Amino acid sequence: MAYRHVVGPRTWAFADLAELMAKATPVRSGDRLAGVAAESAEEGSAARWCLADVPLREILARPLIAYEDDDVTRLILDTHDAAAFSGVAHLTVGDFREFLLTATTETLARIAPGITPEMAAAVSKISRNQDLILIARKCRVVTRFRNTIGLPGTMAVRLQPNHPTDDPAGITASILDGLSYGCGDAVIGINPASDSVAALGKLLHLLDEIIRRHAIPTQGCVLTHVTTTLEAMNRGWPVDLVFQSIAGTQAANAGFGVTLAILKEAHEAMLALKRGSLGDNGMYFETGQGSALSANAHHGIDQQTLEARAYAVARPFRPLLVNTVVGFIGPEYLYDGKEIIRAGLEDHFCGKLMGVPLGVDVCYTNHAEADQDDMDVLLTLLGAAGCTYVMGVPGADDVMLNYQSTSFHDSLYVREVLGLKRAPEFEAWLHALGMTDAAGTLLPAEPGSPLLADASGLAA
Amino acid sequence: MSEDAKIWARLAGLTPARIGLGRTGSGLPTREVLRFGLAHAQARDAVHTPMDADAVTADIEALGLPTLRVASQAADRAAYLRRPDQGRALAPADRDALERAAGDSVDLAIVVADGLSARAVHEGAAGFLAAFKPHAERAGWSLAPVIVASQARVALGDAVGAALKARAVAVLVGERPGLSSPDSLGIYLTFGPRIGRSDAERNCISNVRPAGLSHALAAFKLDWLLSQAFARGLTGVSLKDESEAALAGSDVAPALPKA
Repeated sequence: MAYRHVVGPRTWAFADLAELMAKATPVRSGDRLAGVAAESAEEGSAARWCLADVPLREILARPLIAYEDDDVTRLILDTHDAAAFSGVAHLTVGDFREFLLTATTETLARIAPGITPEMAAAVSKISRNQDLILIARKCRVVTRFRNTIGLPGTMAVRLQPNHPTDDPAGITASILDGLSYGCGDAVIGINPASDSVAALGKLLHLLDEIIRRHAIPTQGCVLTHVTTTLEAMNRGWPVDLVFQSIAGTQAANAGFGVTLAILKEAHEAMLALKRGSLGDNGMYFETGQGSALSANAHHGIDQQTLEARAYAVARPFRPLLVNTVVGFIGPEYLYDGKEIIRAGLEDHFCGKLMGVPLGVDVCYTNHAEADQDDMDVLLTLLGAAGCTYVMGVPGADDVMLNYQSTSFHDSLYVREVLGLKRAPEFEAWLHALGMTDAAGTLLPAEPGSPLLADASGLAA
Repeated sequence: MSEDAKIWARLAGLTPARIGLGRTGSGLPTREVLRFGLAHAQARDAVHTPMDADAVTADIEALGLPTLRVASQAADRAAYLRRPDQGRALAPADRDALERAAGDSVDLAIVVADGLSARAVHEGAAGFLAAFKPHAERAGWSLAPVIVASQARVALGDAVGAALKARAVAVLVGERPGLSSPDSLGIYLTFGPRIGRSDAERNCISNVRPAGLSHALAAFKLDWLLSQAFARGLTGVSLKDESEAALAGSDVAPALPKA
């Protein structure tokens, strides 16, 4: 069915819901590359007017990719919670925005299982950045493994100690540096340079050893392919979190070499290990706008809607952490700081609305029109929006993946400006070590800290 | 220097990561803000400085290698960054010119592409070719003229290789600059170049730069990969780079600079 909107003498027509949603999306380079973006500012605006009138029921009834063609569509529809949806089923997209602006935290939690990614994406497209911040801030998604992530007034940090050759001493040095800045409550997560199972084993044991020796209330993760992590679990190696990159269509997931069945198998294997002391949220997923297009698996759908569908893939696995790697993929998908900032807020909003613990890798590459000032803006906005976690990379410079993210220092900045705390168990651990005061503020380093005692052996 | 400061200095020596930076309140010391800013400026300049094709062709011709120039369909850097498809396609006039220039089939076409770092090409392309030329001569491989390509991505080599009737194409391309590596050259080898080849059908030698892989070693690796590609009739994921093992017991090793 075609959608129409009249502006003065001109009637704008959109062939179907996919085209309408794509053209209603604030313009970004990836949608232009895919040939689905609005071709004029007025067309984009007309599409937003038109989308605001579409009932949420209609979005549910018109899958963007056919049920029989795509297992992500099947997952979305088969697990849809009709009871949770009943509270908003009568609304149009435009009414839904207004409903969200006045909804309480409890209401948002109640409707989350009834919100499909397409509904979340649709309402985000007609929302301003301030709406995305205000509504997401009211959503609460709390997860637990060895600590508690997502409590109000907190923001966690993934300590990302990557090294270009996976050198254990070099990685340990970066971990000690990050811990000394009070980072690492979300996870200590290494992107390995090598794909090999043997390399994975070394890094898993290294993380397990550091976390045990210092009794750190956190979890470790080596971000390798899920099948490699399955192999590690079969070998009895110490796997805390199971990682996988995911996307919003079956074909894009196939490009990542992953299926829903493989994720289910890995999830069950993780649960059987029972390594979480406080909870069993043991999955960690990464996503990013543009991944489906780069895998030629976008079905003519805009990249932001596809990104929200990736959160639907994550949701049934009750993950501890999910993050969009928002500026990583490059300027052909998000061209500049403005597009990256908008996308980061959209992704965080959609994830939270769907009940997924969304964090953001606030980042950019050197061929994007962005710099550290743009990252400061996005980090501050996400702190205000209640973002679950961000990255902590030494000096913001990832020397393995060759991109810039947020640093250990950046986390101190956002905590000081917005009063954000760490996960409470991690906060207590830092305080017990004498590294922070009662308010969680980092103290000047004392000589002879137990962390540095570790380091002296390493560097000798 | 305090004991702890000594430990941090030693730890910093274990990784190229920016650790042990110190802090002033919640912020970075001024020197670190400026150091980061300089590194980013160099990486940005590497992306946006246009390739000096005159100088690059002159350097290559000085090695006794003839050259031809082509451009992709990306009109400028902004188009190049937004439209990867345009950077992979030859400008129509240049494709016709290459087809007219093509003689009998050759073993190897070499493409020097600006990619995302003209600086890497300015500083590294001729040096690498000087190191590789003796390998090609020793193997007896016939070479097409070296193609100097502007606003070009790796896959442009497929169109070039096909137009020149080359059995294989090697694309020397300026890599996406990291904050600490604005000058890194990548070398992508594709057997049987034709439009539509996927990245899984290529082999890559990356991080060719003074602080990374040397020209001599990169030339040795390309020689090894190319020999394997011709022997097995393929490149890509099925061809694992085991040149290190070959290097250990090889009589080619003396061609490398003495340590």
